[in-house]
Amino acid sequence: MPLPAEMDASSPKHLRDKYAIVGVGETTYTRGSGMTTRALGTWAVRNAIRDAGLTAAEVDGMLSYQSGDSTFATFIAGDLGIRLDFFMDVFGGGSSTEALIGIAIGVIEAGMCKTVVIFRAMNGYSQVRIGGTGARSAAPVSGDMLHARAYGWQSAGQMFSFTFMRHMYDYGTTPAQVAAVRAAHSTHASNNPKAYYRKRVTVEEVLASRIICKPLHLLDCCVETDNATAIIVTSADRAKDGRHPRVLIRGVVGRCSKPRIDMHYQAGPISTVAGRYAREILWPNAGVGPEDIDVTGSYDAFTFTTMLQLEDYGFCKKGEGGHYVSDGTIRLGGRRPNNTSGGHLCEGYTHGMNMVIENVRQLRHDADDSCPVGPDGKRRHTYDYSEGGCRQVQRCELTANLGWATPGTGSAVVMRRG
Amino acid sequence: MAIKADYLGMPLNLDDLDAENLAYFQHCAEHNFHLQQCEGCNLLRYPPTTACPWCMSQNSKWEPVEGKGAVHSYTEVHHAIQPSFKGHTPYLVLLVDLDTQKGRPTEHEALRVVGNLARPDGRLAPPELVRQVGIGTRVRMVFSDVAQGLALPQWTTDEGIAQPAKAWRYPLE
Repeated sequence: MPLPAEMDASSPKHLRDKYAIVGVGETTYTRGSGMTTRALGTWAVRNAIRDAGLTAAEVDGMLSYQSGDSTFATFIAGDLGIRLDFFMDVFGGGSSTEALIGIAIGVIEAGMCKTVVIFRAMNGYSQVRIGGTGARSAAPVSGDMLHARAYGWQSAGQMFSFTFMRHMYDYGTTPAQVAAVRAAHSTHASNNPKAYYRKRVTVEEVLASRIICKPLHLLDCCVETDNATAIIVTSADRAKDGRHPRVLIRGVVGRCSKPRIDMHYQAGPISTVAGRYAREILWPNAGVGPEDIDVTGSYDAFTFTTMLQLEDYGFCKKGEGGHYVSDGTIRLGGRRPNNTSGGHLCEGYTHGMNMVIENVRQLRHDADDSCPVGPDGKRRHTYDYSEGGCRQVQRCELTANLGWATPGTGSAVVMRRG
Repeated sequence: MAIKADYLGMPLNLDDLDAENLAYFQHCAEHNFHLQQCEGCNLLRYPPTTACPWCMSQNSKWEPVEGKGAVHSYTEVHHAIQPSFKGHTPYLVLLVDLDTQKGRPTEHEALRVVGNLARPDGRLAPPELVRQVGIGTRVRMVFSDVAQGLALPQWTTDEGIAQPAKAWRYPLE
């Protein structure tokens, strides 16, 4: 969708359009990578640098995020011969990607460095299981955790389900409506050769899968995979010389939270999530509104997280998220597709970065699907979204990524084709 | 003094520096539920914290609180991930709005206390009881005794009070 005419895209306020994502890269999405997070991270960062057409000498900043389950920037930079003017490894999982894009803009603006690569490397299946099974689930329970884990209330699915269940109670949201998120994302993944799960599934198949913890069926939950992902942020001026059309950052909000961050279930209504607060920063910063967005990347740790965020960021009225995600809007070919790569439910679990990478490719009009590549090296998109076909969205100009940590904390970024 | 205990085969530890949690669980061990009450603004809070989330006062006292309320939300776990709970599925984790201080300091807030659905003696509830509880069910607090100085507050259906005609349950059952 074109930008609204009355918006001044050159406005310096909040650095709108002054920074760009110039490179994206990832490893394969597998279970059983057979390598360290250091090797995975090196692979993804190298791919992002090559994608941007840069050399190691042209990257001078590095950020990463992790939860005690990964390597550090020092090792990745060392392995690739990158001399850094700035680096930092941040604690955290989901919602970090968008927040770190904002941090990257800040440190470049402060003159600390010029070009920042952000990475997340994880063996989320073969080492530290993201679903919480394995060693994490058998660890001793100490201190504040006695108020949660001692009750068998530990995994993300268990912790978030109070919010999911209460949304069904407050608004009549149905299991079938929410299952439509998995059906849509699986359709997208079937056109993504990189996706871990490429098989299309129906709403009925989601509802027939076994219950993990109510209201979550197995197929309401994301995949656990081993992978690394990376993106490169630099100034819009420097991005002019890039290999790809520029992807400009319109606005960002990072780790915006409900009251009582540590106990989001204390501050009601619990069927409302952090997007309710984040939207009041995101849309004014970006100078656009949800109605202007062509493609969304609403975090799908669970089918419900996609629905709750789209609702609270204002893509539909409060309480109508179930309808919004099940009426065809979020499917390829619909009015505003969500997670066209298949997202965490199908492509692979990366704590949010793969969904930003996907929207960068959408904005370049270069989704890496199975469409034929022409003699100029560019893909000839067919816009035929049948199984195994195209997943490029036509005339994609503006995207919004909505990152999720918990019901109480989220981050977001709006990007445009520049 | 630090506590090292075992509950359902799961190690539960409290550090000797953790004065707030030690006091909280000591009251639970006496089957006498207490919460911190702020000496600045008089609001109660759960779980224990080191300052008042409403007025930042670091001064509080322990006040007895009636362990009664209604289920605000819940999850019913069928696939346990913690080894200690694998033999207890399906089990309920309840989020209970205490009657005390409900709707304060704002209309959407309450003292929301987490616990399992338990039998009156504190053991986890069997499947036939799990199926009867949902949003709106009236519950009262009971305790799972773990060790000296440590019991876990739990919830059981309150038989001494009128229940809603039908508690709200997940629809596909």
